[in-house]
Amino acid sequence: MALLQISEPGQSPAPHEQRLAVGIDLGTTNSLVATVRNGSATVLPDALGRPLLPSIVRYLPGGKVEVGYPAQARQADDPKNTIVSVKRFMGRGLRDVAHVEAAPYDFVDAPGMVQIRTVAGVKSPVEVSSEILRVLRERAELSLQGTLSGAVITVPAYFDDAQRQATKDAGKLAGLNVLRLLNEPTAAAIAYGLDNAAEGIYAVYDLGGGTFDLSILKLSKGVFEVVATSGDSMLGGDDFDQRLFCWVVEEAKLPPLGPRDMRLLQVKSREAKEALTFHSESRINARLSSGEFVDLAIDTETFCRITQTLVHRTLGPMRKALRDAGLTPDEVKGVVMVGGATRMPQIQRAVAEFFRRDPLNNLDPDKVVAVGAAMQADVLAGNKPQGEDWLLLDVIPLSLGIETMGGLTEKIIPRNSTIPAARAQEFTTFKDGQTGMSFHVVQGERELVSDCRSLARFELKGIPPMAAGAARVRVTFQVDADGLLSVSAKENSTGVESSISVKPSYGLADADIERMLRESFQHAKEDVHSRALAEQRVEGQRLLEATRSALQADKNLLRADEAAAIEKAMAGLESLLSGKDHRAIKRAADALNHATEDFAARRMDEGVRRALAGRKIGSL
Amino acid sequence: MHNHFELFGLTPAFSLEKDLLEKAYRDIQSKVHPDRFAHAGDAERRASLQWTTRVNEALQILKNPVTRAKHLLELHGVDVAFETNTAMPPEFLMQQMELREALEEATEKKNSQSLDRLRSDLRREEAILEEQIADAIDGRKDYQGAAGLVRKLMFLDRLDQEIDLAYEAVE
Repeated sequence: MALLQISEPGQSPAPHEQRLAVGIDLGTTNSLVATVRNGSATVLPDALGRPLLPSIVRYLPGGKVEVGYPAQARQADDPKNTIVSVKRFMGRGLRDVAHVEAAPYDFVDAPGMVQIRTVAGVKSPVEVSSEILRVLRERAELSLQGTLSGAVITVPAYFDDAQRQATKDAGKLAGLNVLRLLNEPTAAAIAYGLDNAAEGIYAVYDLGGGTFDLSILKLSKGVFEVVATSGDSMLGGDDFDQRLFCWVVEEAKLPPLGPRDMRLLQVKSREAKEALTFHSESRINARLSSGEFVDLAIDTETFCRITQTLVHRTLGPMRKALRDAGLTPDEVKGVVMVGGATRMPQIQRAVAEFFRRDPLNNLDPDKVVAVGAAMQADVLAGNKPQGEDWLLLDVIPLSLGIETMGGLTEKIIPRNSTIPAARAQEFTTFKDGQTGMSFHVVQGERELVSDCRSLARFELKGIPPMAAGAARVRVTFQVDADGLLSVSAKENSTGVESSISVKPSYGLADADIERMLRESFQHAKEDVHSRALAEQRVEGQRLLEATRSALQADKNLLRADEAAAIEKAMAGLESLLSGKDHRAIKRAADALNHATEDFAARRMDEGVRRALAGRKIGSL
Repeated sequence: MHNHFELFGLTPAFSLEKDLLEKAYRDIQSKVHPDRFAHAGDAERRASLQWTTRVNEALQILKNPVTRAKHLLELHGVDVAFETNTAMPPEFLMQQMELREALEEATEKKNSQSLDRLRSDLRREEAILEEQIADAIDGRKDYQGAAGLVRKLMFLDRLDQEIDLAYEAVE
């Protein structure tokens, strides 16, 4: 089953055989890109040597976009067009966004996901995030001198389906081949686990700029298994800034503030918060546009008091995750701290008290997620030989279900199920002659549909008229390795089949993505055709290599005519690769994929058979 | 119908060697998991997704005592019929009612220590039932009798979930 590696002893595979793959931490406050070079993971800095990219995007008239430090420098001057913490809006409607009143943007309440009106037009959070990702892609391609073969993008473990889908769309929009969405605490666990050869039960406490995750993992040699995950996707370091900002407004008895003053004081509050990690007191001073001068001192005691409820809010998810895992705090061997907000002493104290042990702070909390993502990207790219790679088993954070009579939720896939997962449920008609059924897909733990997140609605039509209760409609939920859901429904009592696949309603249609891609390339003055051609060539080459090694290993599973058909499809693709028609390459690749369908299934069965045979021999 | 035990190369039995199950699960996953095929063609990726999904489902069913027992009985042609057959011995139902009252009281008083106690009592009850089920299925091959025991275990399982919700309400 192993791929043949033909190289002389002591000689490593030629560099061109290594695929360029990166890990991207798309953070609320800062984003990073990392890769594995010569066996070790490193964060790729910008031209000035700075590893972090502030997750700030500023739109200028005429379509010019500033990302990172230049945008950060102008945020107080141009608050309406400078988007900070866009991650908070990913996959969210206007009603879901906390502190709307304190955000200086011109929100547009679009169906599914909130949008922001800027001087360069109305932008969705997906587009804003894609600007950040694009800068990171360009940074990586410049630094690695080549087109990226793929990227792993991290998301908070507690992100729901809408937020995940939005993140994946942003990746595609930025021209990335998204190999996998990886949960942030899981990425951190990979980095920590490999660095320390850790084995046993570990917890990851990840308090980022806008999200909180608590994951519990079982680490053993070659396996990272998430046992339970919990969190709060609306809680992060930003909220501590916000508390401090409100305190400042109250203490200084300030009147309602304009966008500029608001942003100025928010920035000052953040600086004061960061200073309080190392000092017992900090000052906040700023001159407002009215000419008024704000000058306040805050000590750690006051800061702890005003943020106490926020720290407390992280305790519930910790208890819940442990309960779901069936564990007590004593059974946890170590607690890995992730995210800049975990630097706050009150957080460190709360975690130490809860788990009755000192938390682990030996990895840079800002970089550990990107580093872990890069390691996983290296595995997914196939750069690691078998035996040196690992198995990663993750879970869905929130239950997936369907609305039933009376606005109640019927859970189909429970939270903390290992992914990929699928579950089917049968439903029936309740009226005679009913020919259609409508379904409402929701995510969350609450019993009432109105308390859960609505993911999609769809209808199954064309059911043959029958007596009530006679139709058998089978609804199947499938969650893939990215944690993304697809739903299908099928009526099969009469042998008449109709089925439908839904992509949740907040997601962008593929056509939208293509249009946005085209537009963005026009701005970037990059040639959309040559990019598409380069991508299809890489893709086609990849497919050829994979098929070749599959044939080399398992040709015996094919009849002669089957093998000939595959070889013919390979030759067809190969002959087009050097041409200039990216659509023709795509068609030939699709044809090859189609030709190998049965072969792939047989190989998989064979793999399982061999795995079990090995086990039996081993256990005798 | 799929035999989930066979998938993992195990002999169908209620008493399960968890280590063997986990080892077989990992061995299979290491061959079929989507992470092994992130760079493969669509055909292989689809096959990988189907296999992994199936293996995860089978593991879930075998790990949980209620679903494991239900699956075993189905393999022996006995339908546990949780939904329709709810006739239970009166003394068992009485005990269940008492337990639920205790749960309500603990929730109202926001007493997490009583919840802890309820849970550890429940765990003990479950362990006893599981031993009886193992004896009925693996030992005496009394599948009808086992179905009654599994229904009892199902009641306890539901109570367990309610205790979970109660903890959340208490916190």
